[in-house]
Amino acid sequence: MKQPPVPLLVEGKRADGRAPDQMREVKIEVGVVSNADGSAMVSYGNTVAVAAVYGPREMHPRHLSLPDRAVMRVRYHMAPFSTKDERKSPTPSRREIEISKVLREALEPAIFLEQFPRSRIDVFIEIVQADGSTRVASLTAASLALADAGIPMRDLVIGVSVGLINGVVVLDLNGLEDNYGEGDMPIGYMPNLGRFVLLQLDGAWTREQFAEALKLAIKGAEYVYGKAREALKAKYFEVAEEVAK
Amino acid sequence: MKFVAPRQLIFPGDVVATSDEVVEGAIYLDGNKYRAASIGLVEFREDKIVVVPLEGSYKPKQGDVVIGYVKDVLAMGWEIDIRAPFPAWLPLSEATSKYVDIERISLTSLLNIGDAVVATIKSIDLTDEFPVMLTLREGERLGKIESGIVYEISPVKVPRVIGKKGSMLSLLSELCDIIVGANGRIWAKCKSAEDELLLIKALAKIEAESHVAGLTDRVKALIESIKRAGQPRP
Repeated sequence: MKQPPVPLLVEGKRADGRAPDQMREVKIEVGVVSNADGSAMVSYGNTVAVAAVYGPREMHPRHLSLPDRAVMRVRYHMAPFSTKDERKSPTPSRREIEISKVLREALEPAIFLEQFPRSRIDVFIEIVQADGSTRVASLTAASLALADAGIPMRDLVIGVSVGLINGVVVLDLNGLEDNYGEGDMPIGYMPNLGRFVLLQLDGAWTREQFAEALKLAIKGAEYVYGKAREALKAKYFEVAEEVAK
Repeated sequence: MKFVAPRQLIFPGDVVATSDEVVEGAIYLDGNKYRAASIGLVEFREDKIVVVPLEGSYKPKQGDVVIGYVKDVLAMGWEIDIRAPFPAWLPLSEATSKYVDIERISLTSLLNIGDAVVATIKSIDLTDEFPVMLTLREGERLGKIESGIVYEISPVKVPRVIGKKGSMLSLLSELCDIIVGANGRIWAKCKSAEDELLLIKALAKIEAESHVAGLTDRVKALIESIKRAGQPRP
C-alpha cells in the first residue's frame, strides 16, 4: 500500500483538521447557468461541480426515443484544469463514461420519466475543481438542477461519500483520503423517502463498519439536504425581499 | 391531515397531506401521503390544497391555444415549434377551409419558415410521428401573426398573466390587444411603442414575482407610476 505524504488520522483528527463525522464546508447555489432550463453549483470543500439541465425536449435522433418514457442522458466530465497535478485530458475517459452511467441510474428512480414519452432530458455535469467525492457532489448538483428545471421528481437526491481510514469510518473523503484511504463508499440518498439510489463500495469493510458507514452517510446527507433547501429558498426569497422594500 | 400552510414554499418529496385530503397540482401519491413533485407554492382553494409549480416546461393539452413558429414546410403541411417536448404538425386541411391546389401554389405562400401562428391543439397522439396536431379552424383569432410582438415567459407563469378570474389579463388588456398562449408565448399589439415597452416591463415583473402575494396590485402600481411619469400633465 502507498504511504500517504501526511498521516491521515491522528488522535481522531483528520489531515485537514476535521472530525471523522464532519463534512467539509458545503456551498450550494441554484440557477447559475442562465442558458439552461435548470442549473446548480455544489461544492464540498474544494470539490466544485456545476450541473445544467435541458429539457424535456424533442429526442433526436428520433429512433432512439422511447414510446413510454423520456430518455435521460447524463454526462459527467472533468474540466482539464480541475485537477491538482497533471492536466486532465478533456477526452471522456473510461472512468467518466462509467460515472455518467452510474449517476444516470441514480437519478432515474427519482424522476417521473413516464410523464414525458418520446422526449429526452439532458444533464450535463462539469467538475470545475476536483478534490475527492466528485461523483457525489455531481449527484447533488444534478438533482438540484433537475428540481430547478421543474422536472417532476419524487425527491431530491443527495450524494455523500463515506470512507475508511485506519479502520475508522469517516464522512466526505477529500482527494488525499480518497487516494490513500482503505475504503471508499459513495452513496446517493433520497432524504424524504429514506431510500438509497446509489451505493458503490471498494476496499475491505467489516459488517459493523458498513452499518456505521450507512448511518454516517444518512447523517451527512441530511446535513447537505438542509443546505440544499436553503439554496432553493434563497432563489425565491431574494425576490420576495426586494418586493417588500 | 394537512402538513402545509398557505403560500408555503415546497420542494420535491415534501409531504403535503394525507390521502384523505383533496390535493391537486404538482403532486404524487406515496402510500397514504401526498408529496410534492416539484418546487411549488401551496395554495388553499375552498377545501382543496393546490401545489402550484414554480418551474417547469410546457405540456401540451387538447384545446390549448398556443403560439408557435414554423420550423419546416412539408408536402402537406407545416412543422411548428410550440415549445413542447414533441414535434407539432399543422396540416394544410386544418390551416384553411379553402381548396388549395398544391401543384400550382407553394405552401410557403401561406406560411413560411419563421412565421408565427396562433393555433389550437386539435389532438395529441403519442404514437404518431407528429404527436401534436394543430388547427387554425377551431377557435377565434387563430392564424398567421402579421403584426405586433411575441413575448416569451415561463409556461408555468401563464395562469399568473391571466390572474384570478382574469383580473391580470383585463388589467393588461387596457394597455394592448393580447393573446396569451398556453405555452408561455404572448402576442400583443399596442397603440404605441411606449405601451409596448410598458407591457413588457409588466410581464417581466409578473414572471419574476409570481410567488409573492399581491401581484395584480403591484403590476397596477407599476403601470400607473410609469404612465404618470411618461405623460406629464400641463
